[in-house]
Amino acid sequence: MSSMISSDLLKPFKLKTKQQELLIRVSILCLVYILAFITRLFSVLRYESMIHEFDPYFNYRTTLYLTQNGFYDFWNWFDSESWYPLGRIIGGTLYPGLMVTAALIYRLLHFLRFAVHIREVCVLTAPFFASNTTLVAYFFGKEIWDSGAGLVAAILIAVCPGYISRSVAGSYDNEGVAIFALLFTFYLFVKAVNTGSLAWGLASAFGYFYMVSAWGGYVFIINLIPLYVLVLLITGRYSMRLYVAYNCMYILGMLLAMQIRFVGFQHVQSGEHMAAMGVFFLMQVFYFLDWVKHMLSDTKLFQAFLKITVTFAVAVGAVALGVGMVSGYISPWTGRFYSLLDPTYAKDHIPIIASVSEHQPTAWSSFMFDFHILLFLFPAGLYFCFKRLSDATIFIVMYGLTSLYFAGVMVRLILVATPAVCLISAIAVSATVKNLTVLLRSKNKVVQTGSTKGTSSGKASSKASLDQSQPFQKNGAMALLFGAFYLLSKYATHCTWVTSEAYSSPSIVLAARGAHGNRVIFDDYREAYFWLRQNTPPDAKVMSWWDYGYQITAMGNRTVIVDNNTWNNTHIATVGRAMSSYEDEAYEIMRSLDVDYVLVVFGGVTGYSSDDINKFLWMVRIGGGVFPVIREPDYLVNGEYRVDKGAAPKMLNCLMYKLSYYRFGELVTEYGRPPGYDRARGVEIGNKDIKLEHLEEAFTTSNWIVRIYKVKPPNNRW
Amino acid sequence: MEGPIRAREALALTLFSLLFFLSRSSALHDLLISNAERRIDLSSHIVKVYLTLKVENAGSSPASEVVLAFPPSQVDHLATVEALATKGKRKKTTFVRLEVKPTELPDAPNDTKYFTIYLANPLNSAESITLEVLYMLTHSLEPFPAEIGQSESQLVYYRDSALVLSPYHIKQQTTFIKTPSTKVDSFTRVEPTNRAGTEIKYGPYEDHTPYSFSAILVHFENNSPFAVVEELVREVEISHWGNLQVTEQYKLVHAGARHKGVFSRYLLARLPPRVHSVYYRDEIGNISSSHLRTDSRKSELEIEPRYPLFGGWKATFVIGYGLPLQDFLFESSEDRRYVNFTFGCPLMETVVDKLTIKVVLPEGSKDPSAVVPFPVDQHLETKYSYLDVVGRTVVVLEKKNVVPGHNSHFQAVLFCPN
Repeated sequence: MSSMISSDLLKPFKLKTKQQELLIRVSILCLVYILAFITRLFSVLRYESMIHEFDPYFNYRTTLYLTQNGFYDFWNWFDSESWYPLGRIIGGTLYPGLMVTAALIYRLLHFLRFAVHIREVCVLTAPFFASNTTLVAYFFGKEIWDSGAGLVAAILIAVCPGYISRSVAGSYDNEGVAIFALLFTFYLFVKAVNTGSLAWGLASAFGYFYMVSAWGGYVFIINLIPLYVLVLLITGRYSMRLYVAYNCMYILGMLLAMQIRFVGFQHVQSGEHMAAMGVFFLMQVFYFLDWVKHMLSDTKLFQAFLKITVTFAVAVGAVALGVGMVSGYISPWTGRFYSLLDPTYAKDHIPIIASVSEHQPTAWSSFMFDFHILLFLFPAGLYFCFKRLSDATIFIVMYGLTSLYFAGVMVRLILVATPAVCLISAIAVSATVKNLTVLLRSKNKVVQTGSTKGTSSGKASSKASLDQSQPFQKNGAMALLFGAFYLLSKYATHCTWVTSEAYSSPSIVLAARGAHGNRVIFDDYREAYFWLRQNTPPDAKVMSWWDYGYQITAMGNRTVIVDNNTWNNTHIATVGRAMSSYEDEAYEIMRSLDVDYVLVVFGGVTGYSSDDINKFLWMVRIGGGVFPVIREPDYLVNGEYRVDKGAAPKMLNCLMYKLSYYRFGELVTEYGRPPGYDRARGVEIGNKDIKLEHLEEAFTTSNWIVRIYKVKPPNNRW
Repeated sequence: MEGPIRAREALALTLFSLLFFLSRSSALHDLLISNAERRIDLSSHIVKVYLTLKVENAGSSPASEVVLAFPPSQVDHLATVEALATKGKRKKTTFVRLEVKPTELPDAPNDTKYFTIYLANPLNSAESITLEVLYMLTHSLEPFPAEIGQSESQLVYYRDSALVLSPYHIKQQTTFIKTPSTKVDSFTRVEPTNRAGTEIKYGPYEDHTPYSFSAILVHFENNSPFAVVEELVREVEISHWGNLQVTEQYKLVHAGARHKGVFSRYLLARLPPRVHSVYYRDEIGNISSSHLRTDSRKSELEIEPRYPLFGGWKATFVIGYGLPLQDFLFESSEDRRYVNFTFGCPLMETVVDKLTIKVVLPEGSKDPSAVVPFPVDQHLETKYSYLDVVGRTVVVLEKKNVVPGHNSHFQAVLFCPN
């Protein structure tokens, strides 16, 4: 229909149908490109051009360092401002892809004489890469189905909330570029498999390199691709194209990935990467067998040979793996990997992983929230894929199914599933709409061929129009088209609504509705961090729970004990122990860590619920995991966590409680409530008479959200 | 051994210099101050001193300059010295602004520093003239005790001399010190000394020889916010497209008693009228607490630092705004254009320790220069901004110790070759 409209408009140009189609396709892509960018700008328009959340602040800080000091300093940077007194080797413990990308964009813009600030570049990197992802989705869709599916995929992924959640302006995180890199690598690999071209294989190796440099999620690629190859081998789809594509991609990708210091030799030494290597050797065996089969004309001889070779190969592989494991050359799987395969693992063994909200198993509602109609279109798309099975569709099916499983294990991995879900749904939408329009446009004579196809697919996707006589078929198709249009427009409004409501708040600035409907801004975090930056000695050490570590170093420019890079569990447990001890015990710990200031986040005045008191049990658990002195039951009353009069005595006198509620007992927070009424938990606090012996209040923000205490020097002994 | 010798040497030197000075005092002309009245205003943290001198030429030759003397401790804090000559009597008095320049005189006793007032017409023998001198001192109130509690009020010390320091003989002099409130803890008495309400009167004293000095100390209550901008960089960017973009980077400190005395949360910045796209932010982002009020004559920006400033606390922030260029750009002859802009700090009642003004001229401007009514350091820089190839010429003006009295206009002359 659209082509008819445009043909009216473009009559004077007299374009051929093909040219018209190209024009429409390009203009749709351009619009989608722009749409993907601007739909992510809600937060900039509503708040300001700023970095969001926690991790992005670290990325921003390192990018700033990279642009100011150059790549080599960045690569060899030893950061003494975090993990005091251990420090952190930044260059060897991060994925530099994002920072290097942003720094390159920054350099390019400055070369072109655009004097932008690096912050603006960082803020807009994620939307920019989201736009690029739509292009990749188009080409990917085109590769696995047709250009129509590609266009739909581009549109779907441009606004899909599952992706937007991690790529709004300001969320300057690895995932922002990594999803682009992930999809791009997959696209290039599928292209390489489809063409058997060494060039595409090489390109996919470089895509993989970029992905490795950008995000730890590359492990997904290095496991999915071998799995895919294995499936193709088993289903008898082995071909020379596959051999070329996989070998080129694996070998070069592995060598390139070793250049990233954080990854290093993991490709040959870590259990998570062994599957790829196994499949690589298996391919060689397969090729060898193929060759032998070709040389030997005797089937019986070949069967015997096959048996011997396969047994031998498997035995050698098993022995090699066993020796590697035992000798410690090959490291076992990490906890994170285990927790992906077994969702209950982290809860029992690694509280620090389980304590992060984005590592929780996904609720059904968040699937609906993030995918909306794609959740229904996905199975339909799978049906179409199975109906027209090819190497490419097998790939997308496997990508979809595995990533959807991981999305179910961890909330944040919905992000990885999003491109697959969008692509498969796009196939469903595109195929359905195409079939229906063919049905509509067909004159009576073409009905025989077009209609049978159309109805069957229409049935499959919507289950609405059953076999009907010819006259109703057209009406049915029309109705279904309108239905599809309605669903898609619902999808668009839902996505915009979700983006605007849920995913566009910077979380560092809180907004609430005031009593008169006006917007109230709580800017307490920045108030406190800026105070730290301006009014404490430059070498002051700040102790806080690890959540705020990155923000304190980036905005407060002060040294922290622990931060969001949770590499040293013992160190974090020490802080957890200090927070859950009595003040004098905590003082000893803080003295041993040279702590000058303690920062706590407290929501009792504003009713802000993600504060330290609510996170406190995790501190107890993590602290108790290393130091058995800390026992969780000491802080609970009959298994219940409370802060009012009935709370456990240890709870009422631990450092965290004291620091959060210091002088809170004098404050009336809500009219008609007693003083010391905690609005976040809705109770009157149990200990209103808090005296601090070794600490003194240094700063409390205007809404009490952040409270900073100064650790007093030890008393004179004489 | 070394100590006493040095002391003796110093004493000998002083004596010698005094003797020498007496012998050559004719170089300062035989001027005589018949009456000196000094009013010291201590009500804010900027000390304003109004000095009325009646100068008489007792010598034989006409004198064209009058010398003011300042103790070295005050010179460092001296922000501005202005002198006016009064003409006519009573209602018909008119004031003529006189040029004042710091001067070096050899053999100044006790490192006294001098400023010379150049008279418009030489003062003939036996004639007299009345000079009005205004000078301002910054950082001259010392909080004592240095650390106070929240409910206590802030007490400060002010040190000066009961006698006006002068290289001339002063026949009669009086000093009035005005304190912000009646709460004066203590003050040095140099009889006759009187205190009435918020005023302490020293004098009148008769016949004091040159360089007479009598140290006094006033300990009084001063609760006004000690807003000090340690450093202010104002960048004025002139655009071809009819806009004047001003960016001001502040480093603000509360210089009052440590810790408890709260800064009034609001600061008021006077901006030119027709200001647009105002922003107020710092290194980590926008600060949401500001209000802008505009009318046809001026714009007032009310800003609040991120956190209340207690004594000794610091805050840095940036204010930026755009202005229509036609309000500030003027054309003179010979293809030259000049920009007329205010020097000084737009924040009300603040001292700026170091002020840098950068006038960023459009790309291609040649031979720029600036005309400022008082001495400043000038140099040129180059800045690269959007779409620049050769860079923009920047005229940099630097001045230390700036008080609101410096908010006069200055001209940056630029040359546009088109």
